[in-house]
Amino acid sequence: MSKTIIGGHDRRPSLWVYGILIAVLLGSAFPIWWSFLIGSQDASALNQNGMMWIPGGNFIANALTVIDSIPFWTALGNSIIVSTVVSLSVVMFSTLAGYAFAKLKFRGREGLLIFVIATMAVPTQLGIVPLFIVMSRLGWTGSLWAVIAPAMVTAFGVFWMTQYLRDALPDELIEAVRMDGASMIRSFWHIGLPAARPAAAMLALFTFIGTWTNFFWPFIVLGPGNPTLPVALQQLQAAFYVDYSLVLAGVVLSIIPLILVFIFLGKQLVAGIMQGAVKG
Amino acid sequence: MTTAAAAAEVNARSIRRIALSHKLSRWDVRFSPYLYISPFFLVFGVMGLFPLLYTAWVSVHDWNLIGGQGDFVGLENFVTVLTQGYFWNSLRNTFSIFLLSSIPQVLIALGIAAVLDFNLRGKTFWRMGVLLPYVVAPVAVALIFNDLFGDKYGLINSGIMSLGLEPIRWHVDVIPSHIAIATMVNFRWTGYNALIFLAAMQAVPRDYYEAAIIDGANRWRTFRSITLPLLRPIIIFVILTSTIGGLQIFDEARMFDNVGQGGASRQWQTLTLYIYELGWNQRNFGRASAVAWLLFLIIILIAVINFLITRRIAGTADRKLRVRPKGMK
Repeated sequence: MSKTIIGGHDRRPSLWVYGILIAVLLGSAFPIWWSFLIGSQDASALNQNGMMWIPGGNFIANALTVIDSIPFWTALGNSIIVSTVVSLSVVMFSTLAGYAFAKLKFRGREGLLIFVIATMAVPTQLGIVPLFIVMSRLGWTGSLWAVIAPAMVTAFGVFWMTQYLRDALPDELIEAVRMDGASMIRSFWHIGLPAARPAAAMLALFTFIGTWTNFFWPFIVLGPGNPTLPVALQQLQAAFYVDYSLVLAGVVLSIIPLILVFIFLGKQLVAGIMQGAVKG
Repeated sequence: MTTAAAAAEVNARSIRRIALSHKLSRWDVRFSPYLYISPFFLVFGVMGLFPLLYTAWVSVHDWNLIGGQGDFVGLENFVTVLTQGYFWNSLRNTFSIFLLSSIPQVLIALGIAAVLDFNLRGKTFWRMGVLLPYVVAPVAVALIFNDLFGDKYGLINSGIMSLGLEPIRWHVDVIPSHIAIATMVNFRWTGYNALIFLAAMQAVPRDYYEAAIIDGANRWRTFRSITLPLLRPIIIFVILTSTIGGLQIFDEARMFDNVGQGGASRQWQTLTLYIYELGWNQRNFGRASAVAWLLFLIIILIAVINFLITRRIAGTADRKLRVRPKGMK
């Protein structure tokens, strides 16, 4: 039986709603479009003619100048390495811990889980001075390890996987495997990990984006010769602050990878945020 | 005889083996959970908690970036920092930028979420469109908006001048620079928060709305009387997380000019920028730690206040929630 629709939430909305949405969409896309618009101009043309609304033909030339003047390929490679390693590590350790918190019985479980959740509110970023001292003692300043090591597992990741595995993995399944004589790690590997896959993929995606866009700590601990992309962008700004066509060409180069990720996985990102909101 | 002895020997060995494997299995069950959760505690302890607490130790010493630990100086670093105007200036800037970003952000995100909550055609398309800025790094956002907010040739000032108004000196005046930096933060996070609100709105049982509409309530009235009260916990959650992050804002302020100290007269220097300047430009780790520790205390204080307010509001929201659906007219 179909519900009587009086109006409100099931009715198709009127045109002005789409008008608002188009305005919002322009607001989110316009600055990105603008970076390409300026990044494709010739600097002198920009100064003479003022505003231009059509992309110029200079993007490739600008991009080549950018690649020559900052260690672009190093930065791109570093960003890929750091983001990939951190995502894999966060997923691995968070799933392992989430499995323990959700499905294994041990003394202190509740208390330890509350502790993990509470640490999400601790501004550990403020420990940068001693963290820097630790890294220089280890001889890690300037090396990617200094960026990877502190990010290898997060409280959010542990919490997220715990929440997911609690509902997604039936206890009977683990018991059955244990009865067959599987060790703890085998039962994690064969039952826990496969069950965690959807949430793990989501966690990997968000961790990747978060690590890719991170600036503060890499900027402090990595040297100018071995930057990640955001750190390289800062160098670009310092070098060419008067020539915005070059700076924004660099911006375009740096945002292409995640824009591609967004095109292919944007739907999953939306789903991930909305799921997280309902659960958290 | 010999065969019997051999059999007994084999038997004893297998019993021992079973006993051993039992023991191992018991250890496995007992200690594996701790092993699995240990990476988090190790990383958090060594790279998170220890540095944070050690900040207090560094802050009561003379400590140079190159030279390392010097004499114990008591509270001297704190006194120096608190009597210099820069600390109070950056504290004011931090709060100003934080308020300019968080309040409009929550309001606009709520509005966008309410629009997305309509029964739209192409839902996924609109939702993705709103999220697009999230994949642009703050540094890149800052560089783009820096151009848009250019004092002389920026697009925004061109627009203002074409209306016959005076251009705004975004990189000179205090409040305009805060507005520009807050705009960068809002650009990146508003859509993200809108999706969080949208998820919460969609969890509201649709019968509530139908009941209200039968009673003659319009869309705005249902939004105000049903949606908002039910959304209160998630709004509080968003405000809490944005407080912890917002008070540590660095990227956008660092990139607002190419010098990175927060402007010629520190118009937009935030507390984290000040920490950076003290620690890595002046190489004074002692004073940098003093400011970091002060900011830590401020965040804790605000978290506690937040928690107390939240508990009260959450309490009243619960009460309202129980009454609303029935008592609505």
